[in-house]
Amino acid sequence: MSGAALLSTHALEARYGDFQALFGVDFSIGAGEVVAIIGANGAGKSTLLKTITGLLRAPREAVRLDGEPIGGLRPGEIARRGIAMVPEGRRLFPSLSVEENLRMGKHSGRTGPWNLDTVYSLFPMLHDKRAHPATSLSGGQQQMVAIGRALMANPRLLMCDEISLGLAPIVVKEIYDALPSIIAGGLTAVVVEQDVGLARLVSDRLYCLQEGRVTLAGISGEVTREDISRAYFGDQPQAAR
Amino acid sequence: MSAASFTVHQGTAASRIAGIVALVGIAFLSTAPWWAESGWMREFNEMACYLIFAMMWNLLAGYGGMVSIGQQAYLGLGGYVLVALGNFAGLNPFVAVPIAAVAAMIAAFPISRIAFRLSGGHFAIGTWVIAEVLRLTIANISAIGGGSGTSLIALRGIDRATRESVTFWLCLVSVAASVGLVYWFLRSRQGLALLAIRDSEGASESQGVDVGRTKLWVYVVAAFGCGLAGALYFLGNLRISPDAAFSVNWTAFSIFIVMVGGIATIEGPIIGVIVFFLLNRLFSDYGTWYLVGLGLLAILATTRFPKGLWGYVSSRAGLHLFPVHRRLSIDEADGAEQGKPMKAAS
Amino acid sequence: MIEWLNTIVQGVLLGGLYALFAMGLSLIFGVMRLTNIAHGDFIVLAAFGAFALTSQTGIGPLGALAFLLPLSVAFGYALQRVVLNATLARDPLPSLVVTFGLSIIIQNVLQEIFSADPRSIRAGELTTASVQLVEGITVGVLPLLIFVVAVLVAGSLQWLFVRTTIGCAFRATSDDRDTAELMGLDARVVYAWASGLAFAVIAIAGLLQGMRTTVAPADGPGLLLYAFEAVVIGGLGSFWGTFAGGVILGVTQAIGFRLDPGWGIWLGHVVFLVILLVRPAGLFPRMR
Repeated sequence: MSGAALLSTHALEARYGDFQALFGVDFSIGAGEVVAIIGANGAGKSTLLKTITGLLRAPREAVRLDGEPIGGLRPGEIARRGIAMVPEGRRLFPSLSVEENLRMGKHSGRTGPWNLDTVYSLFPMLHDKRAHPATSLSGGQQQMVAIGRALMANPRLLMCDEISLGLAPIVVKEIYDALPSIIAGGLTAVVVEQDVGLARLVSDRLYCLQEGRVTLAGISGEVTREDISRAYFGDQPQAAR
Repeated sequence: MSAASFTVHQGTAASRIAGIVALVGIAFLSTAPWWAESGWMREFNEMACYLIFAMMWNLLAGYGGMVSIGQQAYLGLGGYVLVALGNFAGLNPFVAVPIAAVAAMIAAFPISRIAFRLSGGHFAIGTWVIAEVLRLTIANISAIGGGSGTSLIALRGIDRATRESVTFWLCLVSVAASVGLVYWFLRSRQGLALLAIRDSEGASESQGVDVGRTKLWVYVVAAFGCGLAGALYFLGNLRISPDAAFSVNWTAFSIFIVMVGGIATIEGPIIGVIVFFLLNRLFSDYGTWYLVGLGLLAILATTRFPKGLWGYVSSRAGLHLFPVHRRLSIDEADGAEQGKPMKAAS
Repeated sequence: MIEWLNTIVQGVLLGGLYALFAMGLSLIFGVMRLTNIAHGDFIVLAAFGAFALTSQTGIGPLGALAFLLPLSVAFGYALQRVVLNATLARDPLPSLVVTFGLSIIIQNVLQEIFSADPRSIRAGELTTASVQLVEGITVGVLPLLIFVVAVLVAGSLQWLFVRTTIGCAFRATSDDRDTAELMGLDARVVYAWASGLAFAVIAIAGLLQGMRTTVAPADGPGLLLYAFEAVVIGGLGSFWGTFAGGVILGVTQAIGFRLDPGWGIWLGHVVFLVILLVRPAGLFPRMR
């Protein structure tokens, strides 16, 4: 599917000052796929998303969207080209209301199925709280605002960074239950997850990162727990290839 | 790893040579009253005051992360305490110089209570307001000359040659001591804490560094230096007025000196003050355009060469005359050992 | 008694002008945490621009504003894009040094062109006209007009920030620049529009200051300090807070001037420092 990839990275490297966080990462996702990225804390999952969205510098040719090089573009430009992110820790705008937060997604300037009405029908309780300051909501509701805000951008690719983190299991289930109806609209999604079981469940394929390198890539239903645990902790790095 | 496998260095060969050169230079300069013209010595005195003041601004802004536009408050205080002690208390003005510096330092404690309510850019303008309050207060007190200022009459009984020589020696000693003071401060425990705070306030706080206390010490030391500069300046100038003593130009020039010379280095202000005086001699006849040029140069230095002249030289040549950073050297065998990946215990 | 009431009324009107000085500063600081040391000098620059326009071409103050306003917005936008955006960092030093340098450049260039003499913008009968509010309290029409303009500017800015898309973008970028960019914004452009808007207020403030009194090239720092004090007294909650800060400063100075002309500005500074000591977050901190 190398030709049909919606987004791909090619020998992607990333660094924070002197610290190198990614080493030659090759990643790709085809249109309509859900791909999970798993790995321990500090493995480089969030860094990968940050380089794709432009928050961290990347060489122009190292990231491609629909074959076009987008590495190192400004985040705003990448967002306008159709990549939306649900950032780790939600990052809602505290001085904006729920509805104002949702409307921020429209700055992508893209049109499509998602608007305030469709987001409110996906997460009905947000409608009741639309005038509240976004950060006054519960953790789960805030996560729904963050997802809704990203959907409002009508992206081609949705990237979710640790949306289950710090939420009660029942809330996580509720949020992930919404995923199929999101994907049904033709959306492609990258899901970064700490919860490996959840990651396998919701994704078609998965990648495992360890210390900035891809140590496992495969079909989610086919990789075994042993593969994952080896890729995760790197007991025998060569076995993961 | 055993403790013997690495050593911590602070000194460099260049720093030891520089130290010797500086000592010889000071010894040589101290004979100036016997061979130099008085105009030349006055020039040196003025340069010394600007250098001390600029070093203190550098200590605050470059090392302490506190950008102040109000250090002229302490310069003016130093000057006025000197004049008041000389004219009213009848104290020998030369003796009054260190007392004036200490008075400025003491004033910094209560003033810091107000100034430290602000941070960042607001701290900068807040300190300026404080300097303005002092200027307006003194301008309204007629006993010390009000708005038009007053003269240091206490020096009248001392003959000119003695006055010039002693003033020169005081300036020479003060500028050397100020360089030493800043150097010592940065190498001390407080100084180390300061460098840690500059890198990350949160992280150093969690490592047990008392951020508030360290910043207070920097502020107080800087006030002492600025008070010293003020006392020396008006000792040489013989006349003081609120507009001259509390002028924001003091800070403007010291920002120029530090940014052009190289911020957060001890060498930078020394180079900057030389550049400043050279430009002054060459172009000050151009008046307003000269000041426009200084403003442009400061902007250019900040945006294009943020490390200044000395930063450029030292990064090119690896030269450190006043090393405040500790450098770790690990010998070969241990270095190789360290390069291996750590064996995880789990 | 009535004299004191008169003093307070005059102080409130003066405070309207200070509020105009303060709102541009507060806007830029609020959106991008940039403290513009040259803020007062830009007001003086605008005043001299208006002075040059009215004295050279003979157009009235309103005509000068029609010309100056778009020019000022474009200047603010360009200044932000070309110079100030590059100085924004967690460390306030670069932006402070650069705006301080700009302050010195503006003061000296103005002095070179216009000399150090104070100038005034002719406003015809408006300068001398006055109305009697009650027995014993007479206010000038121009100060009253300035106060009304200040109220309108504060209301407009508040409406813009709370109700419009660009206002939302300002607040969001102020909250979290990275995430705002993830939404498709370019923070550099958002900041440039914020500066353009602030410079619109600066143009209005400069024109009115030049009409009400005189301006000299070295006046900028004084205006900056008044603007800054109004911002800090008011807190960073809203433009109405900044407005109130301006009024408090104006009243304080008026009372000080009445007690002793030499202590008016001094009292303003001291009351500011006292408020800072007692209420560091200002009198009207964030409300929502």
